[in-house]
Order: sequence, then structure tokens, then C-alpha cells
Amino acid sequence: MSETTNNGKPKVAFFDFACCEGCQLTVVDSLQTHLDLLDAVEIVQFREAMTEKGEDYQIAFIEGSCTRQSDEARLKKIRAQADLVVALGACAHLGGVNALKNLHPLEDVRQWVYGDKADWYETYEARPIDAVIKVDAVIPGCPIDREEFVRVVKAVLLGKKPPVPDYPVCVECKLKENVCLFHIGKFCLGPVTRAGCDAICPTYGDGCEGCRGLISHPNENAMKDVLAEAGLTVEDVLSRFTMFNTYQVKDRMVGEKGE
Amino acid sequence: MNINVHHVTRVEGHGNIVVDTKNGEIKECRFEVVEAPRFFEAFVRGRPYYELSHITSRICGICSVGHATASLRATEKALGVEPSEQTVLLRKLNFHGEMIDSHVLHTYYLVAPDFLGVGSVIPLAATHRPVVERALKIKKLSGDLCALIGGRHTHPCAMAVGGFTHLPTEAELRDMRARFVDARTDMDETVALFATLPWPEFERETEYVSLKKDDEYAYIDGTVVTSDGFSYPIEDYRKVTNEECVSFSTAKWTHHNRDSYMVGALARLNNNFDQLHPRAMEAAAKLGLKPIVTNPFLNSAAQVVEMVHCIEDGIEIIDELLTRGVQPEEPPAVDLKAGEGAGSCDVPRGILFHNYVYDEGGRCVSANCIIPTNQNMANLNADMKELVPQIMDKPQDEIRLMLEMLVRAYDPCISCSAHFLTVEFV
Repeated sequence: MSETTNNGKPKVAFFDFACCEGCQLTVVDSLQTHLDLLDAVEIVQFREAMTEKGEDYQIAFIEGSCTRQSDEARLKKIRAQADLVVALGACAHLGGVNALKNLHPLEDVRQWVYGDKADWYETYEARPIDAVIKVDAVIPGCPIDREEFVRVVKAVLLGKKPPVPDYPVCVECKLKENVCLFHIGKFCLGPVTRAGCDAICPTYGDGCEGCRGLISHPNENAMKDVLAEAGLTVEDVLSRFTMFNTYQVKDRMVGEKGE
Repeated sequence: MNINVHHVTRVEGHGNIVVDTKNGEIKECRFEVVEAPRFFEAFVRGRPYYELSHITSRICGICSVGHATASLRATEKALGVEPSEQTVLLRKLNFHGEMIDSHVLHTYYLVAPDFLGVGSVIPLAATHRPVVERALKIKKLSGDLCALIGGRHTHPCAMAVGGFTHLPTEAELRDMRARFVDARTDMDETVALFATLPWPEFERETEYVSLKKDDEYAYIDGTVVTSDGFSYPIEDYRKVTNEECVSFSTAKWTHHNRDSYMVGALARLNNNFDQLHPRAMEAAAKLGLKPIVTNPFLNSAAQVVEMVHCIEDGIEIIDELLTRGVQPEEPPAVDLKAGEGAGSCDVPRGILFHNYVYDEGGRCVSANCIIPTNQNMANLNADMKELVPQIMDKPQDEIRLMLEMLVRAYDPCISCSAHFLTVEFV
């Protein structure tokens, strides 16, 4: 990048915290069909794909959850530098699968994996990055959708609000003319989960697992009724919510379990 | 004098190199993993059996098919579920997709820039356009294959206990076959390109660990073998891995017959060379690989050989599927029972183990996952200790680059477990 004249292109940096890096890999894969993205921005830091490392950037994409007290300072430093912070994927957006550990006592979790060496390894309750810093835009999903990433980047570059849907996955699933999974005895969180994935899991015969988070006004009670009609226990329902949304539903869960 | 480089770049995950030398001697030389631990083994406890492969695929964004496959095999063995022949064929094909995807990412995007004197693949888009376009084409092919079989390129959604919740059509498989045949030219050019690269000269023999099968180059199931002559059923994986915690790394270290062992493409090639597709053997000859290969830098060359193998074997698998005809199968019903199972796959970075215990309600009560990068940590450190004295008279920038290249040769995927690359000269 260093030999490229900048021409006022926005400088972009990618960062990762606790995650599988699948969203950054999806960003790399988006170049298969959108190699011209490299003409629109200057990437100054992307540890996974390049050696160069610039600290002068305007847009920061952050993948991964915050899982350690010591991560907070790094997040705040990124926030102080960037004009715009974009949460990349479910771990940064929701806490994602990392937050499953919040369902267990932290000390138990550390000892389970590291035994009597547990004290060597710092961790605290996994959380989305907006629990620590202000986030300006979100690209949901586990992993992110390639095309949505390109759409959001285009919007951000044009100074527009990123077009992330706020209606349920069911809308996209109907448009694809899929048979409703509830009708064939499977279960699915599509009725309450944010669309934008083109209903990929239901389309491939697998119930939605809620990786894009709940829509702003989900009809959760109706959802629970639907699941109950399908013969599922409250535990099954809660289990489905928690795979990606433990940080969001944990408190309510504890209450409901106690009833 | 101190030189600090934070974050090993162009690897998936995080690591530190700490080389502390005094009077030409190494005081300290180690590869650290300090990435935030994620505790998968602890938090899958209590989850229902059908979620395990979906949760554990999230251990790694590049090996998600491998994790899902090993996870499903562990669950299937625990619950007594036998996948159909069609499922076995489709899983192999899906696995080949991920193998090619990961290897093209590593060889073209992460390793090739070292030899072309640039810091990333990005400037190559301007200076070596045809090379980059070829890499993007192969990567798209492999990703499209994973999406066709698994439903999604990263984190497959159609893979289930016992089978698939969605099947490719024969027309889609025929189209994929044509693209695989077309990719032979791209593979020939890839072999020719990597055959010209000046691989660093460095030899250190070690114990090589991989899966082995009687009838094929093993990636899924089989027995665990080592180049020191040991063989174990998958259930006895702990006899090979012997995990231990080390204070400077969140990745646990492993050792078997010696202080360390190596897993990955080079280990597989060393242990199973005769089972490579003949075209892959030709590629190995052109790349100068003849077992036993003891230069760890050549792990990347072994990956090129495996890409050729996976393209050729992929064509044969598709042919078999088309001859049999794609049968409209649903995953079999599962009779819940308490049980334990261990699954193993040889994923792009090496042998991987998942081991679960389920209660009678099909909920996970105990889990153990041992990933390839952890198993390579001790061996990488041993290589560094032997390499550093050999290159001590070189300029510090060259030493740093050689060490970074050595780390990258192992293709460490530290997100699986694990932030600084610190090369410190005292």
C-alpha cells in the first residue's frame, strides 16, 4: 500500500478480539467478486492479510467479543482514533458463541479448560464491543454475509446509514418459497431474527439459530407459543436463543428458569 | 538493542516471537500464544448433541468444515449413528473444498508475498495481476464447493449428525466437475510458480503425526500414526497428544515420542506419500519433495501438492456420486443414549480431535478438542532454537523475516486457541 498515492481515500483498519476470524476471511473473500474495493479505500492495517501496520485510520472494522478487562484499553484506543467504528459479525455485535461461557461460573470455566493453571489465563464475561465503546454501524451474522459487507461499505463511504434490515428472516424465507421448517417438524428462530442473510440456514434445511440478533421489536411470546406447539420445552427454546444471544437474554432466562 | 514487532501478521490468529540472544547465544526463543482464550470445551457442556458441530465449527473460520466433521464423527460414535455411503462421499468432497480453500489462502495470500518481496497480497494485485486472479479463481472454486455441499462457505449449515439437511443436485455436481477439470491448468501453473521459489535451506528431522487409512490418503477417520512407528486408534488420541499448559501461551503444548512432533500437510505427505493421486506425486517431484522431507519451510510446498490431490480426488468423488445418483436421504433418526465418542480429521493444519461425553438425554457433559496449531507449538519452538544460531550472522531484518517465514510455514491458526510478534535482540 505504501507506494499507492492516497488521493483522499479513507484509511481503513481491521482489528480482531476473541473470534474465529471467519468474518475477516469473508472480507478477503469479498475481493473475489469486488477487487475494485481496493481502489475505494486504503487499508492501513489488516493483521490477518498484510504485514504493514498503520495507526492513522478513519474507519475501524472490529471482529470479536471483548472477553478480558485488558481488552478494554485496546478497544478504547481504536475508538479514540477512528471516526467510524463498525462491528464485524456476531461476536462483536452480540457477544456471539463466546458469551455461552457466561452461562457458567467463570471460575468453573477456567478450571475446566486449564485445571490448576487456571490463574494464568485472564478472562471475564464475554460481551459485545458496544458494551465497552460506542459503535456506529453493525454488520451482523456468523459469519457476515459477503454481499452485505460490500453494501455496508458502499453506504459508509457515501456517508449513508448502512442498509441493515430490521424485519425477520421469515420475510426472506417466504420470498425464497421455502417450506416452513415448523411444518416439517424442525424448529427455527427465523420469526424473531434479523433478516439480511437471505434465509441461508432454513434454505439449507437447518433452523435459524439467531446469529444476526433479534429484530428491534420481536414478538417473543408468539415465538415461544410456536415453539411450544412444536412440542419443545422451555429449555429447548432458551437453548436456541442462547447460542448467539446469551449476553442479550441471559438475565431473562435466569428469571424464567426460576418460575 | 531491542527490536519489537507486535503481532505476527499474515497468520490467522495471534502469536509472539521472542528471541533473546546474548553474545551470539540464544537466551530465550519461543513462539507465544496470548490470544484471548475462548473456553469452548467448558461452554459446550449442557448443549444438546445436534448443536455441537454448529458451535464448534465456530472455533475456526478457516477450518470450520474440519471442526464440524470431526465434531459430527465424535457425536456419531457416541450415539451409535452410522452415516450413509453417500454422506461419507459428500463429507470427503466438502473437506477437499476446505483443504483447497485453506491451502490457496496460505500459499498464495500469506506465503508468496515473502518471496515476492512485498508485505501482503494487496500490492500483488497491481504487480502480479494474473497470479492474484488465479488465486482468487481457485479460492472461489473451493468456496463455492463448500457452499454447494455444506450450505455456506464458512460455518456449514447443512451438515448434521448422520447426514446432510440439503443435497446438491446432479446438475450442480456436473457443473462443479467441469470447474474442477478446468482448475487442472491453474494447478499446473501453481506448481510451476511454487517450484521456482527459493525455499530457505534448513533441515530438522522430527516425529510426523497424521491419520492413516488402508485405502486412501487419509483426511477423515482412520488410525493415528507417527513416523517413529507408532499407531493408535483415534479413541487413544491422548497417548499421542499429552497436553500440558505453558505459562506464556494460551495454547496448550503437546509431545509424544520426542520433545515435540509436527502435524499438517508435510506430516501427511511424509506418512502417506504413496496414497497421493499420481498427478499429485508428479507435482511433488516438480517441487522436489521426496519423503522423508525434513525442511519445515516445505510445509507450504506440501500444501501445493495436496491442492493437486484434492482437485483430482474431488473429480473422482463427483464421478462416483454421479454414477450412484444423488439419493434423497434425510439424516437418520437418533436414538438418544449416554455415550462417549472421539472423532478425528486431518484438517489443513494437521490432525484434529474432538471427544465428547453425552448423558442419556443427549446433552454434552464433557468435551475435549485438540487442535493442530497447539500440537505444532513445541515443534515450531524447537525449529526456532535450531534455526537461530544458523542465521545469527545475518542482518537483523533478515533474521526477523526468516523467523516470521518459519512461523508462517506452519500456517498457524491461532484463533483456534489463542497478540505480539516480538523479535527481541539483546
